[in-house]
Amino acid sequence: MIPYDCIEQAAFNIMERAAIDIPEDYRQSIVELADTEQSELSCFVLKTMIENYGAATADRRPMCADTGLPRYYVKVGNDARPEGGFIALEKALRSATARATHDIPLRPNRVHPLWRTDLNNNVGINAPEIDWSFEPDVDWIDLTTVHKGGLFGTDYRMLFPGDGIDGIKRFLLDALIAFGKRGLACQPAIVGVGLGGSKDACMVLGKQAACLRIVGDRHPDPKIAKLEMELKDLGNSIGMGPMGFVGSSMVADLHIEVGYTHTGGMPMSVHTFCLASRRATVRIHADGHLEYRTDPQWFSKYSRRETVEWSQ
Amino acid sequence: MVAVDQRLQQVRFKVPATPEDIATLKIGSIVYLDGVIYTGREGVYNRVIEQGERIPLELPAVSNVNFHCSPAAAIEPDGSYNVGGVTATASFRFSKWMGKWFELSGAKIIIGKGGMSGQDYRDLFVPAGAIYLTTVGYGTGALLGRGIKRVIDVFWAEELGNAQAMWVFEVQNFGPFLVDSDLEGNSLFEQQGQLINANLESLYADLKPPALSRFGETDNRKDELI
Ligand code: SF4
Repeated sequence: MIPYDCIEQAAFNIMERAAIDIPEDYRQSIVELADTEQSELSCFVLKTMIENYGAATADRRPMCADTGLPRYYVKVGNDARPEGGFIALEKALRSATARATHDIPLRPNRVHPLWRTDLNNNVGINAPEIDWSFEPDVDWIDLTTVHKGGLFGTDYRMLFPGDGIDGIKRFLLDALIAFGKRGLACQPAIVGVGLGGSKDACMVLGKQAACLRIVGDRHPDPKIAKLEMELKDLGNSIGMGPMGFVGSSMVADLHIEVGYTHTGGMPMSVHTFCLASRRATVRIHADGHLEYRTDPQWFSKYSRRETVEWSQ
Repeated sequence: MVAVDQRLQQVRFKVPATPEDIATLKIGSIVYLDGVIYTGREGVYNRVIEQGERIPLELPAVSNVNFHCSPAAAIEPDGSYNVGGVTATASFRFSKWMGKWFELSGAKIIIGKGGMSGQDYRDLFVPAGAIYLTTVGYGTGALLGRGIKRVIDVFWAEELGNAQAMWVFEVQNFGPFLVDSDLEGNSLFEQQGQLINANLESLYADLKPPALSRFGETDNRKDELI
C-alpha cells in the first residue's frame, strides 16, 4: 500500500522541480541552437534564456512567472495500490497543487471561464486536469506534472487522406508561422503533432507528444521517426527564430504520435511546448521510495499497442 | 555564435524616465531599469477607465513605467510578499485602453510581451511621447524576479485577485528588455516580420493545394470551402 502522505508530498515536490529547474534535454538543445544561430537578435534571446534557467535554479524561483496550467499525468502500475484508492489519489494531487501554488509560489492562473473567479490555488472545476494510463506487471506509480503556457501555439485541422504529407506540412507551416510571429509561442518549441484518432484524441496525442517526450527521443516506427526529422527541419527553415525575429531556431524538436482514425479523414493537431518547457516526474515505488527524473517515459510499447491482447 | 553583446546597444537608466532617456532609445537596444514600476492589465484598466475609479498612487510622479504583467507572487497571511518569477503578458489585448491610460497615468514606457501593432504605436504611443519595451524570450521570469528588490504596495488584490492586482515594485538593474518602438513609431517586430514574410511564399511552393479549403483562406462567409 502506498501511503497517501507520500503521494501528496511527491506530487508537491515535482511541481516545485518543474517550475524551477529546466529539464537538461531541453536546456542542451537551446545551447546548441544558440551555437548555430546566425541572427544576433535571436542569439541574444537564446543566451538570455540560458542565463534565466541558471538564475531560476540558483535562486529557487520559477523560470517563467506564467507557471501555465499545472496538471498531472498519472501512470499506474497494474499492481500498485494507493492508500484510499484512486479517489484519495486524486485528492492528493489537488491538495499538492493548492499547496504548491502558495508555497513555491506558482501564479494562480486558474479561473472560472465565465465568471473569472480565482480561488488563488490553481484548483477548480475540472482543474487540475489528471490524465491516467496504465502499465502491466509493475507496482509503482509514475506522477508527471507539466506546466504549459496555454494561450498560443495550439491548433487543430481535419485533413483528408488525399492531403498526404503535403497537407501535414502545410498545416504545420501555417501553425508555426501564425503563432511564431512576435514569438507568441515562446519558441524555440518542442512541437507535438497528433495524427489520427478522434478529434479529441488527436488533440490529446499531440499535446502529450509535445510535453511528455524529451528532445532527441524518436518514434519507434522508423518511417514516423524520419518524418519527425523532416518536419523539424521544415520548421527551422521558415527563417524565424525566438520572438519572431529573423533566425533559424524555431523547433527544438518535433514529436509525432499517431492513433487509428476514421477511414475518411486524417485529423491533425499541433502543439508547442515553450521556452519554459516544464515537466518533472517522480516514480513512487510500492514501499514509498521516491525516484525523480525529467523524462516522463509516458509512451510505452503498452500504450502504443495495436493488438487486442497484450504480450511483452 | 555571433558576438551579440558588442553589437547591440545596451543602456540603463532611472525611472521615472526623462524625455532625454527615452529619446536616445533605438529599436533593438537592450534596456535595464532602476526605480519604481507598477503592473497594470485588463483588471486595472477596467477599474480605472471603464468604472472611473481613481488610480491609487501618484502617477506619473512615482513612476511612468507600466508593466503588463502578473507576477508569480503570494501574499502571506501576515501581509508580507513572496515574489518568485515575473513575466510579461501579451500586450496587444490592451490596445483599446492604452490611449486613455496614457492620458490618465502619464506613462511613457510600456513593458510587455510581443509589442503592439505599428498602428497603435503611431496613433497612441507617438502622440503620448511613449515607447514600448518587450521582455526577452519571453520566459525570463527568474532574471526579472531577481531585479525586484521590494514590493512597495499591492492594490485591488482582494477585488481582482493576485494576478490582476496592481503591484508596485522597487526594481534594480531590471531587465533585459528590447526596445520595440521608438518615439517615431518604428517597430522592431514589424521590421523583423517583414523580413521573414518575404520568404514565406517559397516555403509553400512545392506543396499541393489542400483537399478542403477553410476559413482563413477566404474571409467571405458565403464561400463554399470545398
Ligand atoms: S509560453 Fe511559456 S515561456 Fe512563454 S510566457 Fe507562457 S509559460 Fe512562459
